[in-house]
Amino acid sequence: MKELTISAEIPNLDTVIEFVNEELEAHDCGPKVQMQIEVAVEEIFVNIAHYAYQPQIGTATVRVEVQPEPQAAVITFIDSGVPYDPLAKPDPDVTLSAEEREVGGLGIYMVKKSMDDVSYEYKDGKNIFTIKKKF
Amino acid sequence: MLFDKSENGEVLTLTLDKKLTAVTAGELEKDLIEKLAGVKSFTVDMSRLVYVSSAGLRVLLNAQKYMNKTNGSMIVKNAVPEVMKIFETTGFNEILNVKNS
Repeated sequence: MKELTISAEIPNLDTVIEFVNEELEAHDCGPKVQMQIEVAVEEIFVNIAHYAYQPQIGTATVRVEVQPEPQAAVITFIDSGVPYDPLAKPDPDVTLSAEEREVGGLGIYMVKKSMDDVSYEYKDGKNIFTIKKKF
Repeated sequence: MLFDKSENGEVLTLTLDKKLTAVTAGELEKDLIEKLAGVKSFTVDMSRLVYVSSAGLRVLLNAQKYMNKTNGSMIVKNAVPEVMKIFETTGFNEILNVKNS
């Protein structure tokens, strides 16, 4: 298991992605799954950067674990910001026209659709969001 | 990203490459608002784009809304399968005029 704690700010996104990718590549994750995980990691980290500590800045911890047989990546995001369950939000209506569409909630919807499992809990003053994706 | 605007300023082609992330989408949005002024025909070439997140989708949606409002046209072409999959998941294949040759 690898862990990175970093200031939750948009410019740190590339560092977070690199950290996760390094771990996935070390376990021979295929490029297609890797890209899906990368999108999910971006959406979750960006959410934390935008909302968790506003208007202050705090840290986010990203934990990557690769489980054996069947191989799967389990990635956990932890922040100490305001309690926020992204899964509680209703899914956006993806059939609306451009004029009616709002992009809010689309990121987390993409995460739900592309990952095998997503979960959220608030524990000891921390938001803990976990995604799981089979290789 | 590369912008190519016709001499009369009515035709704009944007070639995207690599990744449209929260970081690069922010940069694109800044440039795009300025570049789209007066444009009647806007084409986004995605042949070299391998990644798009919701931040990137937001910029594309705003560009489409702008072109609709100004009675212009917008075409998205050459999206790779991974990007196409994201368009399908999010319903963006219905919102954007996606042409794949």
